[in-house]
Amino acid sequence: MHAALCDYIADLAQNAIEADATHIRLEIFTGPDEVRASVADNGKGMSRETLAAATDPFFSEPGKHDHRRTGLGLALLRQAADALNGDFTLESRPSEGTTVCFRFDAAHTDTPPLGDLAGTIAGLLTFPGRFELEMERATPHDRYRLTRSELGDALGSLEESVNIALVREYINAQEENLIL
Amino acid sequence: MAKLTLDDLRKLRDEKQRAMNMRDPENKTAQIIVGMGTCGIAAGAKETFNAIIDELNAQGITNVLVRQTGCMGLCHSEPTVEVIAEGMPPIIYGQIDAELGRAIVNRHIINGKLIDNHICDKPAMDIIR
Repeated sequence: MHAALCDYIADLAQNAIEADATHIRLEIFTGPDEVRASVADNGKGMSRETLAAATDPFFSEPGKHDHRRTGLGLALLRQAADALNGDFTLESRPSEGTTVCFRFDAAHTDTPPLGDLAGTIAGLLTFPGRFELEMERATPHDRYRLTRSELGDALGSLEESVNIALVREYINAQEENLIL
Repeated sequence: MAKLTLDDLRKLRDEKQRAMNMRDPENKTAQIIVGMGTCGIAAGAKETFNAIIDELNAQGITNVLVRQTGCMGLCHSEPTVEVIAEGMPPIIYGQIDAELGRAIVNRHIINGKLIDNHICDKPAMDIIR
């Protein structure tokens, strides 16, 4: 199991980037009873056979790496959801994209904390490629939205350490407002 | 605390640029690339990434691009960090925690010295395209 929910989100978003998505949408909700998140992309998607095997820890998409069959991200998430009375759904269509949703019981002792959302998102924005990444973040009190393109317009290169630190600061400021 | 807006972010960016006297922010001579596959994430690569960003900023280094990437095929040595710096061979370091992330900035980037005992030979053959 990953140490934080953000780690699952980073893992899923990275899958989306590697699936050649040009648009990735993250939704993250944390409330007193449940935490839920989804990662939806318009990448290359999976065939019915690949989809059926995708959460098997001993399976990896053929061709992703020529001589290796690794790939534990989805398997780890499904295992955590199973162990913690959570939910996990995976939908995918070839050439259309993939959507992964998960939900955990916020009160379950073993539900991982959300973790470092600011560092996670700031890091995801530095992956090479011209993809849009959109995040909708909400609690029962408030919500905010950010996109890679808006942050890039405001700051310039999102791969400069000064700007990465500013993105972290920006997200942390939005998070503070969600909690108050 | 008032919500930070994108305009505030623009102003902060301009202030930082002035404060750091960034003469030519386009002139990047080095890249630091942190592996962020499932293996890297599980091994704590995010802490390494954050430490590298903070150390670059603390030292006022502006000629380095920082990126994340997927698995480099060295899952046994995560967190892995590739450093490509002018005048030095490209190096992939393994088992780089936050402290060693800071050492990459201070030793490799600033002083041009390699960090012994953490150099990986090369990425897995199937990763090389």
